[in-house]
Amino acid sequence: MSRTLILGGALSVLVVLAALTSFIWTPFEHTAMNIPAKLQTPNGTHWFGTDHFGRDMFSMIMVGARTSIAVAFVAVGIGIGLGVPLGLWAAARQGGWVDEVIMRGNDLIFAFPSLVIAILITAIFGAGAINAIIAIGIFNIPVFARVTRGGALPIWAREFILAARVAGKGAARISYEHVLPNIANLLIVQATIQFSLGILAEAALSYVGLGAQPPTPSWGRMLADAQTLVSIAPHMALVPGFAIILTVLGLNLLGDGLRDALDPKLRVAGV
Amino acid sequence: MLRYTLKRLLSLMISLAIASLVIFAVIEVAPGDPASFMLGINAQEDTLAALRAELGLDQSKLQRYLGWVAGMLQGDFGTSYQYRTPVAQMIGDRLWVSLPLAIYALTLSTLIAFPAGIYAAARRGKAGDIGVMGATQIGVAIPNFWFAMMLVLVFAINLRWFSAGGFAGWDKGTFAALKSLTLPAIALALPQAAILARVMRSALLDVMGEDFMRTARAKGLTRAQALRRHGLRNAMIPVLTILGLQLSFLLAGGIIIEQVFYLPGLGRLIFQSISARDLIVVESVTMLLVFAVIVVNFLVDLAYAAVDPRLRART
Amino acid sequence: MSLLSVENLSLSIRGTSILRDVSLQLDAGEVVAITGESGSGKSMTALAVIQLLPEGSEVDGQIVLDGDDVTAMNEAALCRLRGDVVSMVFQEPMTALNPVQTIGAQVAETVRLHRPDLDPVKRASEVLTRVGLAPDLIPMSRYPHELSGGQRQRVVIAIAIACGPKLLIADEPTTALDVTTQAQILDLLVQLAGEDGMGLMMITHDLAVVAQMAQRIIVMQNGEVVEAGNTSTLLANPQHPYTRALFAASNHQVTLPEIAQTTPLLRVKNVVRDYVLPRTRLFQRPATHRAVDHVSFDIARGERVGLVGESGCGKSTLTRAILGLEAVQSGSITLDGAPVFSGGTPDLSVRRRMQVVFQDPYGSFNPRHRVARLITEPFHLLETRPDNTDERIAVALTAVGLSPDDAEKYPHQFSGGQRQRLAIARALIIRPDLIVFDEAVSALDVSVRAQILDLIAELCVQYDLTYLFISHDLSVVRTITDRVLVMQAGQIVEQGATEAVFTAPTHPYTRTLIDAAPILPVSPKTKVMP
Repeated sequence: MSRTLILGGALSVLVVLAALTSFIWTPFEHTAMNIPAKLQTPNGTHWFGTDHFGRDMFSMIMVGARTSIAVAFVAVGIGIGLGVPLGLWAAARQGGWVDEVIMRGNDLIFAFPSLVIAILITAIFGAGAINAIIAIGIFNIPVFARVTRGGALPIWAREFILAARVAGKGAARISYEHVLPNIANLLIVQATIQFSLGILAEAALSYVGLGAQPPTPSWGRMLADAQTLVSIAPHMALVPGFAIILTVLGLNLLGDGLRDALDPKLRVAGV
Repeated sequence: MLRYTLKRLLSLMISLAIASLVIFAVIEVAPGDPASFMLGINAQEDTLAALRAELGLDQSKLQRYLGWVAGMLQGDFGTSYQYRTPVAQMIGDRLWVSLPLAIYALTLSTLIAFPAGIYAAARRGKAGDIGVMGATQIGVAIPNFWFAMMLVLVFAINLRWFSAGGFAGWDKGTFAALKSLTLPAIALALPQAAILARVMRSALLDVMGEDFMRTARAKGLTRAQALRRHGLRNAMIPVLTILGLQLSFLLAGGIIIEQVFYLPGLGRLIFQSISARDLIVVESVTMLLVFAVIVVNFLVDLAYAAVDPRLRART
Repeated sequence: MSLLSVENLSLSIRGTSILRDVSLQLDAGEVVAITGESGSGKSMTALAVIQLLPEGSEVDGQIVLDGDDVTAMNEAALCRLRGDVVSMVFQEPMTALNPVQTIGAQVAETVRLHRPDLDPVKRASEVLTRVGLAPDLIPMSRYPHELSGGQRQRVVIAIAIACGPKLLIADEPTTALDVTTQAQILDLLVQLAGEDGMGLMMITHDLAVVAQMAQRIIVMQNGEVVEAGNTSTLLANPQHPYTRALFAASNHQVTLPEIAQTTPLLRVKNVVRDYVLPRTRLFQRPATHRAVDHVSFDIARGERVGLVGESGCGKSTLTRAILGLEAVQSGSITLDGAPVFSGGTPDLSVRRRMQVVFQDPYGSFNPRHRVARLITEPFHLLETRPDNTDERIAVALTAVGLSPDDAEKYPHQFSGGQRQRLAIARALIIRPDLIVFDEAVSALDVSVRAQILDLIAELCVQYDLTYLFISHDLSVVRTITDRVLVMQAGQIVEQGATEAVFTAPTHPYTRTLIDAAPILPVSPKTKVMP
């Protein structure tokens, strides 16, 4: 295993563990205000300090991880659930009108500035985690469709596909039996990338007040709270900022590590 | 080449038509009546009806869509529900902040990313490569609005080199205006530069493995000469794709950065209009941004053809 | 003194030994062939001479070129040497040229680098004329994608000879080309070497290619030189057992049984297949390309029929149509009277009677499935999976010379030749009547190819099979078929009994093909080898 994979995996596991642990234990109640103890810098009692209401930031970060992961995870799920079948279908009908319609539709979604549309969706249909998930998820669909099609086309040109056709297998069956297993690596890697982008997008939406609503804690909103206080309490911005950076960094390293580990070409060269 | 351009142009127009329909439909299903929002809860029914008529809200959906599109084609984006001023004028003012910001950021991003990517590719596997790649990994992971806050904290609050926000205005001189756009541009550019540098590096490394690079070396070119004369132009194709995506991202992504720096750009306009239910403004700004993205993609397609003769030949 | 003298060259790449104690000489004006199968180290020897070895290479020994040891030179000196004193032509002309630069510019660049005294454009035009691409016919402003494979290889040669090098290395320069183009490129190389007094080092896996043109042959195996000598002596009297085995395999003949019956199994009648070309104008009716043009032939039960032709002649399209994978515009293809194509849903009862073996032993298996699953894929053509599946897997694997235990392995655990055996097992398992071999031995080394050909010949007796053998390799078709069809530009231009067609072709195209195909002249002595 490469160092990239280990470091990325460790960071990702750490964040997931923090999120899971928060269901059963946090150092403090994350919503508990304690005005006398407000704006404390990190110390023995409050490991990450307290915010302007005296809430324990370590607890808020732990619970906030839940929101980030949940939003990004479901958004990736939407992308895979709809994008992968579309991509497989387009590849199976390469050059035909189905392919053309799917790919043009993809281009069209790509043409929309994603953040603007996400803001539009959440603004019009109401701010909240569900709408944030949908807004982020929609833009994952063309990403997965394109990656799937791009990965599937060279597979379709391989001779074992022709052999399967000679064996009387139809396009759907070939896609499922022969194409999908051979592009699974590609999709896993893309999923980690989209996951990290989802976390960034969720943070951005929450920051402008269009993500998860109070009392659900989120890293983006912690940053929004910090903005006016950044000169007197920099830790309020630094703590959630580092939480986001380390999570995204971990996922990206995990993606890179997985790509190297799963790429059969590289594996053969390594033997 | 002409045929290629015409074909791209056709697909551009189809994209624009569909995009306008989608945006119109989204705004249409939005809950809330702009007229009652503008007049408040206690408005009389006949006043509301009059306002609706004035705003054209009593027309059929098709009429309103056609009217909106026809207006836009003539540069008339309608009248703001909230301010009763032409939307085109509001957008025009804001565009003079958002567009320079995007171009400023793209320039910075390119100036940083190209040399960094080429340097890393040339020193593949060595300390310089690992250093640059490590930096880009972190760069990619940084949310730009957080980075903007940090820039404000360090350069505006502590060092006092820049103001913490606001826009000086072009009438205060180009230098003053650019100065107030500098921190936002850096905040936007650095994370993008990290992505661009990674793409540049991997595109170059891919090209280095090509057969024609070996032919170039067999001619007697040094590694660096071969990279410069044969590698770069071939590597530009994936880089152009990302560059196109980035310009559109920078135009739109400025929205949040504009919030951080209180810049009177399109982003703030969109937020103000959403909270005021000024849907015609939201509709038009979104359409403008989509238009910009589609046009940028069209230009990228043309740039492909300029770089790659194979595309010119294909129809 | 020799132009090139390699002394005790050893090479390892990242710790793996590639070459051991290779020594060879080459004089000015001499044509020397280095031959051997894949993994013999012949290409690495060439790359060592021009010092373009992959990263992580460690070289031991001397390579003295034109009086200087290139292994001791620094990079700047090597760059002055490459393209000027020594040049190289590579295997794959489709990718060897920069796609975004004109051919004129790519040739002129070499001149500009080494000959500041010459006008680069004028020189480029002269050199291109010499290689048969006169600028008034093929303008220098053309891009590589606008040229054919053979023309591109001429450009690569032009780049290589632009500065009049003393040594030209050609690494499999014709392997990717059609047989008629191959002959032209070989002639051009020899002619240029003769005119300029260049030393020419030809790297090839195909002895027949070089037999007529090389003065000396060097045979390599597993990174070592096993034998070297004058072409005539070496061909007439090979000393090393490997050389002898190699010669025997190159000329391998199989024995085919007599055909029992003459009832037609496959009937192809007046088949036409058009492809729609991309529109050249927006509102114009798209043009069509006729890939298969009124083709008719029968294959009798038990017959082994060859289909030969160069790339683009329509044989791949015809193959797909015969396999029932594509519809045809007109005409009919029937297997025992039943049409092979039945619209969207395949007619299983017809499909199960024919199978196919493809060229690429690496691409023809899904790398994620085990052998048992891979070779039973044709069972999909049966209404129900047979009860004795395991037994049939074992029988099929044994029939192709593999072990029943191999069923649990993955394809990457097999060599290229073994995979081709697996492909045959997959075709065999459903007990078809007809097997189509689509370039099935083209990617194999000669010794492996000989074994697979033997297997194919044996199986047709045991299993009462009919073969359609599609290949560009005339020597293979000649030994494995009873009857041959020659295809050119979508039409069958000649058909007849294999020996008759090869000894007395009637169509001029067949004549050209046979003349162009290189044949290894063999003495009776080598022919008796097993």
